[in-house]
This record gives sequence, structure tokens and C-alpha cells, in this order.
Amino acid sequence: MGDLKQLPLHGLWADLGARFAPFAGWQMPVQFAGVMAEHLHTREKAGLFDVSHMRQIVVGDGAHALERLIPTDILGLAPGRQRYGMLTNAQGGVIDDLMVVNRGSDHLLVVNAGRFDADLAHLSAHLTDVTPIANRALFALQGPRAEAALSRLIEGLADLRFMDWAELNWGEALWISRSGYTGEDGFEISVPDGLAAEFVGTLLADPDVAPIGLGARDSLRLEAGLPLYGQDLGEDISPIEAGQAWSIGKARRNGGARAGGFPGAEVILAQLDHGAPRRRVGLLPDGRAPMRAGVEIFASPDVQTPIGHVTSGGFGPTLGAPMALALIDADTPKDVPLYGEVRGKRLPAQQAKLPFTPPGYKR
Amino acid sequence: MRFTEDHEWLLPDGDVVTVGITDHAATQLGDVVFVELPEIETQVAKGDEIVVIESVKAASDILAPLDGEIVEVNDALADAPAMVNEDPTGTAWFFKIKVDDPSALDDYMTEDEYKDHIGD
Repeated sequence: MGDLKQLPLHGLWADLGARFAPFAGWQMPVQFAGVMAEHLHTREKAGLFDVSHMRQIVVGDGAHALERLIPTDILGLAPGRQRYGMLTNAQGGVIDDLMVVNRGSDHLLVVNAGRFDADLAHLSAHLTDVTPIANRALFALQGPRAEAALSRLIEGLADLRFMDWAELNWGEALWISRSGYTGEDGFEISVPDGLAAEFVGTLLADPDVAPIGLGARDSLRLEAGLPLYGQDLGEDISPIEAGQAWSIGKARRNGGARAGGFPGAEVILAQLDHGAPRRRVGLLPDGRAPMRAGVEIFASPDVQTPIGHVTSGGFGPTLGAPMALALIDADTPKDVPLYGEVRGKRLPAQQAKLPFTPPGYKR
Repeated sequence: MRFTEDHEWLLPDGDVVTVGITDHAATQLGDVVFVELPEIETQVAKGDEIVVIESVKAASDILAPLDGEIVEVNDALADAPAMVNEDPTGTAWFFKIKVDDPSALDDYMTEDEYKDHIGD
């Protein structure tokens, strides 16, 4: 554990009763009141997440340059808007998934902690103006009461729609986007380190706001059908296979104004036109036994060869049932039950639409 | 009552021992969402994995603490696994085992020894 990095507010989270566990090189709070209670609190009120392990990178090379690395329509991204995207590799896999913000004068990327080094090397190899942000913490405030809670500190939030981004003042400039990783309405807030403790303390004084750990963050995002890099996304999974084709704008597809031109474009665009070898599927296991990551998926109770495996799985506290994301052979029929092998037993699971629970985004 | 290093409690009544997990274990596990119990009349050996507990975080096992035969299981846990968090040392017992050698129970910790063990 000696090499693990600590969040700037580690001591505060410890004082609030956090239990910590290693994640992507960081000692992260995984649980406060309990995963179930924290999950439900976020869906009903507002949950505060410390995601300062994620990294913010400013790129000054412009939209055209970023489109050479990311299949998202970035030229079409207006100032003050944010879009989801991914850095692709030459094989059509994914180096990382990220958020891209058009700040007018430059672009702000928010990337996964565990992929920061790979991202930075990749960006620096292809771009000239790449600056990782230091000395800013990152928080997410998520849930139906998030707007009311954050509005006690900051004016102008109600004007932001889902995936809008703005610099708003609270002593210093906070960078605020209306987005998150829970399926709820909410905000992601980049705060100068020096203000972080006061910002968090002020939010937590609101009885609607509770600190939430990484455990509930995972169950919330899974119910929302959102992929996690390293499980549902990876260097050997294409964006199409991972169910993220929606993030590739029309302009970047075959027949579009700026088709291709990103790493792995031949593979990815061909998959868009003709289909990918595998597809992501949501699974609702019958019964209560969760099917966790790695569980093999079969087309029948007795066939020998698996058709795929669970990439993320667990129990959905709002759903009140187990749920899973799996990567399976694309030619598997969509209306048949599948079988996950759990402790040597083939348990049936139904293919399900994603997200598992309805989203609360303010569009 | 006796306690194992795996945080099970063992409550003997003649040669039948009721088995559950301690408050400490329930807290460490987090919210329990699924429990798989053994079949009645199963012969088990000490150390066999006979119960699966899935919490929101992970799966874990309960091991048979003694050689014997499963004579009763707490079926209520299948429908209401959260009982394990609410009342681990009472209504949320897992199974009853008719043990081959009741004196083997003496090898396990007393309550005071268990409290020392978990640093309580």
C-alpha cells in the first residue's frame, strides 16, 4: 500500500468514517454509510463523490487536431459544451474513454486515473499543446437534489442543461459541467485545491448531501448502463462492440463530412457499416445470485463453448435485483435467455434494455 | 457460544450446533444481497465451503466448522438476505449441523477470546 496516492481530502473522508481500498493507484474511499444506503441516497437526494483521482488535461491544438485521435464530432462541439468520447488505438480498440469540453480558447479533457500515463503519452506524441492540470480537485454532486444543494453556493446553475459546461465563481473560478456517472441529474465540479475542503464542508452541511464511496459509484453507473474502462472498455474491445457507437458523430462516419481520420478508423467504421464480431448486452439474471465480471455466458444450459463473458456485474440497489453487462458473440439472437456459469451452475439470465434504471438527466 | 477465526458463531444444543456470522463479519461484508444454503441431510467435513454469501461488494464463503450432517437451514435468508446485516447473531442464523464429535467445539474461541481476536 506504500505507493498508493492519497486524495487531497483523505483526512476529511477518514474523519467521516470512510473505509478505503486501492483503486487505479489511489487509496480511495469505497464506503461510508454502506453501499446500499449511499446508492439509494444518491438516487433520492444528492451524493457527493471525490473523483480527484481522475485527471484533467488542457489541449490547445484545436478541434481538428483532437479529431485525429478521437472519433467524436469535436468540431461540432460548441463553446461551453461537453461531449463523451474515446481515444482509439490502431486496432480499433480503446485507449481510454473521456469527456471533452470546448472552453472556447482550448479543450479540457477529463480522463481515467488508471489511464492517465498512457493518455498523456499518446496525446503528447500526436499534439503539441498538452497540459495536465495540477492543483485542482474534482468532485461530483449527483442526484435529484444536486441542483438545489449546489445552488446554495453558486448562482446560475439552473441555466445549465445536461452536458453544458461553465466557469462559475465561488471565491475563485470553479469549472462546472452538468454531467456525471450515475444516471442522475448532477454536476462535476473542478475546484482549486485550496478551496476543496471548504467547498466540500459547505456542501456536506446540507442534510440532503451525503458523501458517497466508490462502491456505490460502481452500482450507480452499472444501473445507468455506463461502461467502466478496464472492464467494459479496453484496448481489445472496439467502441462498437462496447455499445458506444452513439458517441461517433455522423460527420465522422462513412459518408460524413470528416469521415475517419482517427486511429483504427478502418476497423471501427467497417464495424459500424457491417457489424462487429461481438456485442454488449445487458443481462438480468433470474433469481438473486449476482453474475460478476468474468462469469462465462453460454447460449444453453449444456453447450460446451461460451459465447462471451460478463464484463461488469453486481446487485442493483434501485433495481432490487442483480444485473450485468456482458460481451457476447454478435450473432446471438436478441430474444433468447442466456446462461451464466456461477460456481459451476448454469443460471438463466434475460437480455435487457439499457439503462437498467431510468435516467434523471436535465436535457 | 464459540467463535471461529472466520467470524462464525457456534451455538451448541446437545449435539446440534447452530451456525451464523458475527456482527463484525456482517459489517465487514457490507449489504448482503444473496445467500445460498446447503441441502438438508448433506454430510459435511470441517473446512467444506457450504454457504455462499454475496454482498454488494463480493462473494464469500462460510466453511463447515465441524464434521457432521446439516439438519436444518434458514430458508428465510433466501428471500430476505438483508437479515444477515440486520440481525446476524439472532434470526439470521444459516444452518444447524448435527456434529459427529461435540467436544471438538472446545477447540474454538470463547467470546472473550474472539473479542481479543478482532481487537474489540
